[in-house]
Amino acid sequence: MSKTEKLIDKKGVRLDGRKFDELRPVKIEVGVLSNADGSAYIEQGKNKILAAVFGPREMHPKHLALQDRMVLRCRYHMAPFSVQERKSPAPSRREIELSKVIREAIESSIFIDNYPRTGIDIFIEVLQADGGTRCASITAASLAVADAGIPMRDLVSSCAAGKVEDTVVLDLMDTEDKMGVADVPVALMPNLNAITLLQMDGILTTDEFETAVNLASEGCRKIYALQKEALKVKYVIAKEEEAEEE
Amino acid sequence: MPTFFERRQVVTPGDVLAEGDYLPGENTYVESSKIYASRIGIVDYENKKVNVVALKAFYIPRAGDIVIGTIVEVGFNGWTVDINAPYEALLRASDVLSRPFKPQQDELSQFLDKGDLIVAKVIAYDRSHNPQLTVGEPGLGKVTRGQIVKITPTKIPRAIGRKGSMISMIKQETSCQIILGLNGVILVTGKNPEDEDLAITAIRKIDEESHTSGLTDRVTQMIKEEKTKRGKTENE
Repeated sequence: MSKTEKLIDKKGVRLDGRKFDELRPVKIEVGVLSNADGSAYIEQGKNKILAAVFGPREMHPKHLALQDRMVLRCRYHMAPFSVQERKSPAPSRREIELSKVIREAIESSIFIDNYPRTGIDIFIEVLQADGGTRCASITAASLAVADAGIPMRDLVSSCAAGKVEDTVVLDLMDTEDKMGVADVPVALMPNLNAITLLQMDGILTTDEFETAVNLASEGCRKIYALQKEALKVKYVIAKEEEAEEE
Repeated sequence: MPTFFERRQVVTPGDVLAEGDYLPGENTYVESSKIYASRIGIVDYENKKVNVVALKAFYIPRAGDIVIGTIVEVGFNGWTVDINAPYEALLRASDVLSRPFKPQQDELSQFLDKGDLIVAKVIAYDRSHNPQLTVGEPGLGKVTRGQIVKITPTKIPRAIGRKGSMISMIKQETSCQIILGLNGVILVTGKNPEDEDLAITAIRKIDEESHTSGLTDRVTQMIKEEKTKRGKTENE
């Protein structure tokens, strides 16, 4: 795109036609993989992400097990075809870092003290990326954990806010992220009102930062409602219809 | 002292179930005097106790539980058994031999080998030790015939039914022997594979529709319909 093109026009409409506080269309499905203990698939705008959870199970290799708590392992991986230019399938510096922050965002929602000497593995595969994949990954991974029947404090919902041109906007897509001023990803346990991930990339004033966090939290709450709906669809609604048909 | 849901409503992790004068039951936790759900399930307020019957969970061993497991490893003085739980269970050699175990003369794989199924009882388990099993009681030991069905462990009580109504009905209607492992593994042994299949279909139906009411009647009806269907094809 040319540099003269505006990311937000005079009426406050963004490149893809959204308003400043609008999310991209989100579609979530739970329990899509039969071989995993829990799984979830999310589409957020052009993002397409698959998350799978295995465990809790005995840790292998055994020396990694901890005597007093459960161990979480997480792999965030982008498919070579997930971006415009082919990405090398080997884990990059960025992917290793994202694996860590996602693990930590999920870990604080799980009762890790209840199951000592065990481990769970979370695999996140980004099939198509369009900005904000870490947030969508957390949203999907948390659902996969719930789908695996692992006791947790709350579902973790995640969403980013950022500054584009001069406005603070919700849920940045790829071009806004790259051409914009700042990006603030937030992960939240909405019922407990506890933040499990907060990052900032770029420069914001204190006031702008606060606006961004509040806006992102609102986005998380909207996603939370969709998450709950998706879980219920797998476990209850689909089956009740099945029962009625008979 | 409010509650926030109706009985038998579906809750997801993080839902606030009750506040104040209530006791946290299964699959719930307390934080700042509020009771929250920790798994997806169906909420039940029983007197002052708040329970969530989980729709998906894994098996946690308890001493006294009957379980069905698979031998995964033959060791020096015992076996490692997969009991469908986060922890692998141990079965000691002396327990199977019913006499002192002599490593020089006894070849353990002659008694139980990798891949064998056993019905066993958990005799000990705590946070710091893996569960230990025994087969030294009547009805326990190696499984030699029948078929295995796996369901969500929390749905075993539903498969038993009120005072065993569900399971005794299935046993009677299909004339199969059924052993329910509390770890969600069920062993079905019948006179012929058709009877076993019928019992397995019924168990699968319970697993899928465990949260609906009037299930025993529907399962009875299903078995009877299947029977007449199969009876017809046999006559042709």
